[in-house]
Amino acid sequence: MNFETIIGLEVHSELKTNTKIFCNCSTNFGAPPNTNVCPICLGHPGVLPVMNEQAVDFAMRAAMALNCEIAEDTKFDRKNYFYPDNPKAYQISQYDKPIGENGWIDIEVNGKTKRIGITRLHLEEDAGKLTHVEGENHSLVDFNRQGTPLVEIVSEPDIRTPEEAYAYLEKLKAILQYTEVSDCKMEEGSLRCDANLSLRPYGQEEFGTKTELKNLNSFANVQKGLQYEEVRQEKELLAGNVIGQETRRYDEAGKKTILMRVKEGSDDYRYFPEPDLVRLAINKEWMDRVRADIPELPDARRERYVKEYDLPEYDAMVLTQSKKMSDFFEVAIGQGADPKQTSNWLMGEVSAYLNANYKEIDEVALTPEGLGKLISLIEKGTISSKIAKKVFKDLIEKGGDPEQIVKDKGLVQISDEGELRSIVSGILDENEQSIEDYKNGKDRALGFLVGQVMKATKGKANPPMVNKLIVEEMDKR
Amino acid sequence: MFDKSISELHSLLHKKELSVSELVQTSFDRIHTVDEKVKAFMTLNEEGAMQAAKALDGKLGTEEARGLLFGLPVGVKDNIVTKGLRTTASSQLLSNFEPLHNATVVERLNAAETITVGKLNMDEFAMGSSNENSGYFGTRNPWNTDYVPGGSSGGSAASVAAGEVFFSLGSDTGGSIRQPAAFCGVVGLKPTYGLVSRFGLIAFASSLDQIGAITNTVEDNAYLLQSIAGHDKMDSTSANVDVPDYLSSLTGDVKGLRIAVPKEYLAEGVDEDVKNSVLQSLKKLEELGATWDEVSLPHSKYAVATYYLLSSSEASANLARFDGVRYGVRAEAENLLDLYKKTRSEGFGDEVKRRIMLGTFALSSGYYDAYYKKAQKVRTLIKNDFEKVFEDYDVIIGPTTPTPAFKVGEKIDNPLTMYANDILTIPVNLAGVPAISVPCGLSNGLPVGLQIIGKHFDEKTVYRVAHAFEQATDHHKAKPEL
Repeated sequence: MNFETIIGLEVHSELKTNTKIFCNCSTNFGAPPNTNVCPICLGHPGVLPVMNEQAVDFAMRAAMALNCEIAEDTKFDRKNYFYPDNPKAYQISQYDKPIGENGWIDIEVNGKTKRIGITRLHLEEDAGKLTHVEGENHSLVDFNRQGTPLVEIVSEPDIRTPEEAYAYLEKLKAILQYTEVSDCKMEEGSLRCDANLSLRPYGQEEFGTKTELKNLNSFANVQKGLQYEEVRQEKELLAGNVIGQETRRYDEAGKKTILMRVKEGSDDYRYFPEPDLVRLAINKEWMDRVRADIPELPDARRERYVKEYDLPEYDAMVLTQSKKMSDFFEVAIGQGADPKQTSNWLMGEVSAYLNANYKEIDEVALTPEGLGKLISLIEKGTISSKIAKKVFKDLIEKGGDPEQIVKDKGLVQISDEGELRSIVSGILDENEQSIEDYKNGKDRALGFLVGQVMKATKGKANPPMVNKLIVEEMDKR
Repeated sequence: MFDKSISELHSLLHKKELSVSELVQTSFDRIHTVDEKVKAFMTLNEEGAMQAAKALDGKLGTEEARGLLFGLPVGVKDNIVTKGLRTTASSQLLSNFEPLHNATVVERLNAAETITVGKLNMDEFAMGSSNENSGYFGTRNPWNTDYVPGGSSGGSAASVAAGEVFFSLGSDTGGSIRQPAAFCGVVGLKPTYGLVSRFGLIAFASSLDQIGAITNTVEDNAYLLQSIAGHDKMDSTSANVDVPDYLSSLTGDVKGLRIAVPKEYLAEGVDEDVKNSVLQSLKKLEELGATWDEVSLPHSKYAVATYYLLSSSEASANLARFDGVRYGVRAEAENLLDLYKKTRSEGFGDEVKRRIMLGTFALSSGYYDAYYKKAQKVRTLIKNDFEKVFEDYDVIIGPTTPTPAFKVGEKIDNPLTMYANDILTIPVNLAGVPAISVPCGLSNGLPVGLQIIGKHFDEKTVYRVAHAFEQATDHHKAKPEL
């Protein structure tokens, strides 16, 4: 790379308030089009906005979790533009007095911690949703989303690589989920991200011209789009070309960015103070009340996992990346399951299943109680880890109580010494050659014999015990 | 009949000497007789009103009919939304618009069981001082139909002056209640900004707009304000203050009252007849025990420029929603941009377009600081002027308008002379204080208005002075011949 990469990210996250920001309509996702609407969110003549205080609380909570300074005096502004998804032809947003400013979060890339600055977090209303009908001469607009409270979070130009951008987004999402102000579901549009990237020669202070990437539908695509853009811009610059101020989109199929439009100068949104809303004075009592509602954040939880449960750093980091996973872990160990074993299961079998099936932990039948019990059954020696994997498959697909499954399917481990000894005897009788081999120092023979016992017991035999008994019995012969 | 005050009508209804149906029918009869000349009404609600009247007749003589406004017909300016009753703001763009909800003031009048007889013509989106900017037709001055009724609440003032209704609702952004009230010889009050809910008022300039009543007398005006004022949780700018008993202030006593008369309000450009009427009025108040001094509101000269920058800026955003996408008249178009352009080009009149362009310009990047921001600063200076005077005085008095009503067509081709007509009312909106216009004489057969300006939320004193003056004079008794 001949240039230094500068990346900026603009994240929009919907706040999960019960009602919209300026009216009493529901914010439910997935309702039939234009059913969660009223004259206020439809921008009918004569209507006025009234601020939803929960939205301000949530925005403050998010800003505090991102280490922002909270504005004691904040106000709202009109951002003017015509578009069919924008019923008033202005969006009520915040221009020069955002709720939060000068924040930061720490990210980790390649084992190194880096602090990324957050320029600002402001509160605004979401727009409706347009559907462009293929082959038709019109578009459809659904105003259900119009007026859903939204925070916009803008990063400082501190991000230097697409990997850092990815880590920043993961961390930001985790924090927002931990604070319980947003679901952060990209597929439902409750989290959206625009990215911009520019290059400059090393040592140059002035930023190069940036291009903006829009319509990015996953963090992976943000990273891929930026990677593509980094290379594309470098090629252009090396070829002596000038980077145009452009908006581009990432084409997933073609794995490249495509020009959407060339920007001429900056858009003029003619911001001015919203005369229909009064300025908000946020006093210390208000801030204290909101701060008291902030739950434990990922970094604190991660530290606690290392200290309290003796988990390796890596485990603690992976588990706390997602609040859902981390909450799942806590309930499971609350059932008495060993923390490290639980962590192994979550990072191993559970994650493998979720990734393979594109599911989240709360979208499968497995409950933390179920997993906790399963692990306890292994620890007590009731089932072997091998059997446990079979039970797990049932649990994650159909749910249920592991003890019951083990009982119903007759999967209880055979740990009765007398019973096992007679099975071992029988196997040894049939495999005299293996005994010979073992006595001649061929260790592999032992493994074979254990395998035979397991086969005969359909995997239910207690493996360490089988091992011990085979050696004992062979010594007798 | 139409000389009757609210309390007289109430007593007739209460004694069952008059039914609500008869009263409302009288109103429609009068409208059918004179509105051809006056043209105050945009839309009539005859069927709905008569039905409502019949329903109320059943309550006559019972406890439920005790409210003072019970059964009285009212006209509502056409920028105040009425559920199911066409509301156009006198714009062609909204010629088919039937609101889904009532404005808060309409809800409050409904609760007082008044009967809405119809919607009143105005300058389109309240932009104008003569009603000539209506997208439909111009309302005429009942005193002389060659003259304008003033604006933008021209229909509201003319309908009361013509005896079509006993009272009406108007809105005042830069003088739109007081100026037509002055031109038509009736009483009009612009309340303190925030006293009356703006929810349901089709916004022109949100930081200046206020709804108020136009009536025959000061007492009637106080009755109306009593029923529409007060906090509304649907309007964040509505003040959370206790509404005082306005009627209790109508004592006729102004002894010891300290009046300030701004020299700028009687300066060059103010018609001699108007000046004399105001001086006569001050003399009358002196006789009643008040004193007055000349004072200065030094930033008054910047008020018109400041007002047109701020109001147009806000209007440029407020009127952007009229794009033909969700309601109103949509123009036939090839594509989205075309739809916006055609709908708005065809739907809006010249004055509305002029102000949208002015406001858009004033808010544009590179001009914002020089225009919008500077105007906000001057607004603060103007407000401070008032506060300073109010440290030593109870009310400020001057003419409502520099001249009596002008002829139809006289100023329509010169927006600047039209704008100058609001020079004495605009500062009041910028300061957010209350002011009333009451009749104080005639000039060549046309009414002259006296403006009484009060402190923030001190409508009581404004009413007290206006009422004392009214009781001591006969100006309000003069009625036009139609």
